[in-house]
Amino acid sequence: MVIFTHLDERVFMELFGIPLQALLSQLLLGLVNGSFYAMLSLGLAVIFGLLNVINFAHGTLYMLGAFLAWMGLSYLGLNYWVMLIVAPILVGAFGIVIEKTMLRWLYKLDHLYGLLLTFGITLMIEGIFRSIYGVSGQPYSVPDLLQGATNLGFMVLPNYRAWVVVASLIVCFATWFVIEKTRLGAYLRAGTENPKLVEAFGINVPLMVTLTYGFGVALAAFAGVLAAPVIQVSPLMGSNLIITVFAVVVIGGMGSILGSIITGLVLGLIEGLTRVFYPELSATVVFIIMAIVLMVRPAGLFGKEK
Amino acid sequence: MNKKIGIAVLLILLLAAPFGIYPVFLMKMLCFALFACAFNLLIGYTGLLSFGHAAFLGWAGYMCGQALKVWGLPTELGLIVGTLTGALIGLVMGLLAIRRQGIYFTMITLALAQMLFFVALQAPFTGGEDGLQGVPRGKLLGFLNLESDMTLYYVVLAIAVAGFALIVRTIHSPFGQVLKAIKENEPRAISLGYDVARYKLLAFVLSAGLSGLAGATKTLVLGFETLTDVHWSMSGLVVLMTLVGGLGTILGPIVGAVIIIMLENKLGDIGTWLASVTHIDWFNTLGDSVTIVTGFIFIVCVLAFRKGIVGEILALTRKGQTSGSH
Repeated sequence: MVIFTHLDERVFMELFGIPLQALLSQLLLGLVNGSFYAMLSLGLAVIFGLLNVINFAHGTLYMLGAFLAWMGLSYLGLNYWVMLIVAPILVGAFGIVIEKTMLRWLYKLDHLYGLLLTFGITLMIEGIFRSIYGVSGQPYSVPDLLQGATNLGFMVLPNYRAWVVVASLIVCFATWFVIEKTRLGAYLRAGTENPKLVEAFGINVPLMVTLTYGFGVALAAFAGVLAAPVIQVSPLMGSNLIITVFAVVVIGGMGSILGSIITGLVLGLIEGLTRVFYPELSATVVFIIMAIVLMVRPAGLFGKEK
Repeated sequence: MNKKIGIAVLLILLLAAPFGIYPVFLMKMLCFALFACAFNLLIGYTGLLSFGHAAFLGWAGYMCGQALKVWGLPTELGLIVGTLTGALIGLVMGLLAIRRQGIYFTMITLALAQMLFFVALQAPFTGGEDGLQGVPRGKLLGFLNLESDMTLYYVVLAIAVAGFALIVRTIHSPFGQVLKAIKENEPRAISLGYDVARYKLLAFVLSAGLSGLAGATKTLVLGFETLTDVHWSMSGLVVLMTLVGGLGTILGPIVGAVIIIMLENKLGDIGTWLASVTHIDWFNTLGDSVTIVTGFIFIVCVLAFRKGIVGEILALTRKGQTSGSH
């Protein structure tokens, strides 16, 4: 061990030829992306559990959240913190309308119709935003409170990125807590297992289904507002993300809430690492991992074989 | 008997069509009709919803273009290269995707196709955002000059009809019956002793190969291949064509393909007409809003029109027959 003392500083500054600062900042960016994966795959899993619908529109509602934040600021002068609360509520209400007017009629049919309907909704919303705002991104600046960066000694930590990770972790674990540890969550889990029986106990299952969908998409909108200052707000930001999130969901399996959160974060980190060591693969690495997981453990890392 | 007359009339119409309508437009339609029929073999007759068919269409187009332009292969070999590309990607994708069922199958195909989209975006030979341009048509079998749109039209027609005949033959073969059994009740098919995974895989590869043929032919016709064909929206478009025409009907995908392609091309005209009738200026921009209209049709079809055009007609005639006999 003595041999290394001399080299310590150099090892500390560089790892496999990559400056430590660059490595850590890419890892942080990966963690930020991972937080978005976690929040979106969590919402998908909750919705799928109760509604048996794969919500393709999830990415678009995430985009809608980001756009609402941007519109609130540019048209109404509402700041980031207000929109962080308002945008998810609005998108959640919109989700409730979608569920009440459209999705409701498809529960008795094959799962694929739910996917196709939400795909159609995606195309419509995306098309409308594209015809108004084009494909270029709208800049959204970091809120004053979180501007700048903190020097941690070994790296410079951008405050806003740290906030994204912390905020999404809090939201994810709060969701986990509600579903796994509270009475409401127990109803929800029971509804996932056997909705008829739960209804027989006098619980309003259709209402629960509606609210679950509303909550799931509100979570997507929350992620969207968080993402607005990190990436440029553009109509296309959602649909590309949602396909990666689908791969995340296949890797983790939708059976476990905690599983979706962990899978999302870890895949974000892996993506960040790939961006450092082999940038060409960074766009495809999640899909490659999906292929490997399918070969080794077809049910997904946290899934149960049915 | 009626059926035979119908087919004969349809064939005569197809043979005469290029004298009245721009041949390249017709050829594009034929390619998409074949593509949709190949897709329908999976969704309509095996019960598998693939959201990754753009990968077969687009990559076959790229490889066919590469074979004709850079390797200088004869036209027929270019088409074969494209078809094999589709089938090979289908084999790999199928092997992975059939490990999961239902909605997971769909998500896996979508994810793998997205991966292949990124590969196409980054690979040098595809030309990235510009696409692969200037693919020569060449001569078929060394003597048939395809530079003439008319000659090429009949070649494309022959390819599409042959592909369609193969699909119809497959559906009615014992193999096709097993596929139908898997669609209706997979556990039962397993308990009857069928190796369901192998049947699914074979159907997937067949569908992918025929989609590849459609993609290669399309590149030959248009002379270029772009990222549009590998993008997920193309996978969505072929779902829509099949859905509009009628899932699991033989003619449905053709009808759907014709309607959707017409709509894409004529939407601007329709918008101008609507604007002049209703005096709402917004309709003038309809031509730029293909996605909005496509999404709208998707929603309407899923909510109210799940049988599709051909499916509804079949249901109506069947109803007429049963009520007539009582």
